[in-house]
Amino acid sequence: MVTLNDYLMASGLLFAIGFAGVLLRRNVIIIFMALELMLNAANLSLIGFSRFYVQNGLPDYNAQVLVFFVITVAAAEVTVGLAIIVALFRARQTTHVEDISSLKF
Amino acid sequence: MLFFAGMVVLNRNPVASALSLVVSFMALAALYVSLDAYFIGVIQILVYAGAVMVLFLFIIMLLDLKAEVRRRINFPAVCGGFVVILLFLKVLSDVCYGVFGGNAKLPPISQGPQGDAWQVGMLIFERYNLPLQVVGTLILVASIGIVILSKRELK
Repeated sequence: MVTLNDYLMASGLLFAIGFAGVLLRRNVIIIFMALELMLNAANLSLIGFSRFYVQNGLPDYNAQVLVFFVITVAAAEVTVGLAIIVALFRARQTTHVEDISSLKF
Repeated sequence: MLFFAGMVVLNRNPVASALSLVVSFMALAALYVSLDAYFIGVIQILVYAGAVMVLFLFIIMLLDLKAEVRRRINFPAVCGGFVVILLFLKVLSDVCYGVFGGNAKLPPISQGPQGDAWQVGMLIFERYNLPLQVVGTLILVASIGIVILSKRELK
């Protein structure tokens, strides 16, 4: 029988993998994918809590509405981020974060 | 799911990375369905595995990215990254298995005749109507921003 802990640990491991990707990879697009993984980890734990908070035989649908909004905002964020990456690639011909250091002090 | 999520981070080729991300999102949608959140599972597949991944693959093809060459590894940064991640996992397992009563069994639910898409829809359009419109405005602003960003010359 699965417990809430199983889902929370899966969500936490997913978040840690995404976090590792953001910290360790240098390709901007891969960093973006790792960001998506982290957002999805948060969604997974939200859905898990929603399913385990049962009232009147119904799960908590407020959490699912929140996940819906998170997915919408994440999609908008991906499109804007990829447009920025394309503009950056046009200006610099690279997607490597160490080659983009104009703002470095 | 976790294996393919790991492959997203570990693969050197961006295309292989993106395809692993698709498989990972599919498995995540399966988890949502196993949690009786059918609507969110379908949305996950449609939006992430469909739209967002097509966008990622399109950009990867457009930019013609090659597999990343092995560069000099910044050793202190990698160590710091692993330390942060391990500490995070330690805190996570403490929270899950310690103070917090998270070993609850899956409680039974009866979804009624309407199903969960109906429930989520009722909540969105009644209780969360203003946030829905705010999100719609956000998407409008984002699409205008993309059009402006994608212009050849920024003046």
